[in-house]
Amino acid sequence: MSDVTSQKVPVTVLTGYLGAGKTTLLNRILSEDHGKKYAVIVNEFGEIGIDNDLIVGADEEVFEMNNGCICCTVRGDLVRIIDGLMRRKGKFDAIIVETTGLADPAPVAQTFFVDEDVQKNARLDAVVTVADAKWLADRLKDAPEAKNQIAFADVIVLNKTDLVSKPELAEVEARIRGINPYAQLHRTERCQVAIADVLERGAFDLDRILEIEPDFLEVDDHDHDHHHHDHDHGHHHHHDHGLKHYHDEDMQSLSLRTDKPLDPTKFMPWLQQLVQTEGPKILRSKGILAFQDDEDRYVFQGVHMMLEGDHQRKWKEGEPRESRVVFIGRELPEAAIREGFERCIVT
Amino acid sequence: MSSFEPGGEAASIVSVTDRVKPVALGMAVSAVHYLGDRAVFVGTEESVAFVDLEGAISKVEAVGGGILSAVSDGARMVIGSDDGKVVAVDGKGEVAVLATDPKRRWIDNVAVHGEGSVAWSVGKTAFVRSPKGEEKSLEVPSTVGGLAFAPKGLRLAIAHYNGATLWFPNMAGTPEFLAWAGSHLAVSFSPDNKFLVTAMHEPALHGWRLADGKHMRMTGYPSRVKSMAWGGGGKFLATSGADMVIMWPFVGKDGPMGKEPAMLAPLQAKVTAVACHPKQDILAAGYEDGTVLMVRMHDGAEILVRRNGTPPIVALAWNANGTWLAFSDENGAAGLLKV
Repeated sequence: MSDVTSQKVPVTVLTGYLGAGKTTLLNRILSEDHGKKYAVIVNEFGEIGIDNDLIVGADEEVFEMNNGCICCTVRGDLVRIIDGLMRRKGKFDAIIVETTGLADPAPVAQTFFVDEDVQKNARLDAVVTVADAKWLADRLKDAPEAKNQIAFADVIVLNKTDLVSKPELAEVEARIRGINPYAQLHRTERCQVAIADVLERGAFDLDRILEIEPDFLEVDDHDHDHHHHDHDHGHHHHHDHGLKHYHDEDMQSLSLRTDKPLDPTKFMPWLQQLVQTEGPKILRSKGILAFQDDEDRYVFQGVHMMLEGDHQRKWKEGEPRESRVVFIGRELPEAAIREGFERCIVT
Repeated sequence: MSSFEPGGEAASIVSVTDRVKPVALGMAVSAVHYLGDRAVFVGTEESVAFVDLEGAISKVEAVGGGILSAVSDGARMVIGSDDGKVVAVDGKGEVAVLATDPKRRWIDNVAVHGEGSVAWSVGKTAFVRSPKGEEKSLEVPSTVGGLAFAPKGLRLAIAHYNGATLWFPNMAGTPEFLAWAGSHLAVSFSPDNKFLVTAMHEPALHGWRLADGKHMRMTGYPSRVKSMAWGGGGKFLATSGADMVIMWPFVGKDGPMGKEPAMLAPLQAKVTAVACHPKQDILAAGYEDGTVLMVRMHDGAEILVRRNGTPPIVALAWNANGTWLAFSDENGAAGLLKV
């Protein structure tokens, strides 16, 4: 799978609310001396200065697939543009898609799941969200798009950190973590982030659904249980390490785990059914699964109702055969999901 | 609604592979047309390659970027490019710029009519230039997926999201809108001007009977239809998208409604290009494994023109008299066959 993956052009989706610094980051990526050529797909074509040879205007045209899946929307313009860019194969190494500040990342991601031509030529690398440290907290209250972009992100560039105090920064980070504890978070001024931290992430590569641990646990080297099942809604509280912990009112992540094997004949139908019925609420899902009588790890990921999964590799000797599943979504029916998951565990 | 269930067995095959003149174009190819007595292979960027019947190649740089679409009326080829240019190339290889987008936006689609009209699209806007050089434009609700002139060249079909718009550029009045949910890409009028057919983003065709707007839905394809060709004087529409040629009947006033399509030349590979002979009931089919077959429409008898084992066939065309068949795979391994 990796051989095939590496031949496909990686596509990075750059999102973020108006004024957060998307264009600054884009120009930084393009001007860096990395020896790579990028094809850039932007919205306001010709409105903003972007220093690049291969630049294409997009229209953010979303349409529903006639396949009975109500949240299955794709970006028709991306299908067309990627097809057109393939005429120039060899003239660029990667594609960067900049979305408008009000865009929902889901149709962009779904385009890479459902369109056969796009799948053949390109692969979604990661969704990178630029957030404004000063204004994000406000936008999370009044702009559902901003919340979507945070929830959907694989990488969050928390920008303009020089404009806020330390406590304000801690506050906004805690709010981000309340929505999406799994994204890699980078604090920046003027989007000064290492290129390697935003490009070539392989966030949608099944082989690289490595450890689905909350990022801040790794960063802060804490191993507490930070799962959200016991939080009071709408309140925050202090943990002993000083990290504030928010629970966003309507957007949250839900983490499930078990060290007992799962029954694939129960788990797979349950997961399919769950995304069919709750797909509109589930933005992202990921899992590493240990099935009964199966020597291989099974990995899956999804966007709304779309799922892809595969056996990944043999469980290593001594590796704990633990199943972990993560959902990020809006008003997730937590109790029902936990119950359903429990029922898939072999007893 | 009409649909089909794939099935059937391949017949034993006669081969004419030894009569093909192979041509190494040395460039990635997207299409082939004829200008005068030469086949003109369209590169994926910048160039077109004129190839005479002896196999001699002469390349012409037509545009300065990627070639997004190319059509021909037999006298000239019109090309839309990603550097914002619409150019015409004539049979001598002379290149003339017809239009330049001021913002260098992509020219996504082009169409040409034998009496001199040219159409192209940029984003949501379709442009038409009359034989006298008058230019008119129409904005449709979403990005144009495909353009086609009606047989007389006075009317333009513009495919887009949720349907197609029919526009008489020389008449005042509101263009007609044919609605059907979904994204419509390539579009084509039947030669008798009774039907309009679009290839959709999903693996299906949609058609309208122009007299009353009656819908025709043609489904069953495993993948998207990218190549359509009218054959048998307009009695059939042959299509790619399945691992056989799917040929919808357009005889009678209802077109393919309630009828099974003919399923010809099944292989273990998908059809990627179809071309119908201009005079006889014969078609050529190119496959994703590099195979090219000639197929007799009425009984499905096959003749092998090119063996499998290469990249997909992306270019396939008969000349106007139907005496030559030209084809190429996507890497430019091309061939010419005198029939």
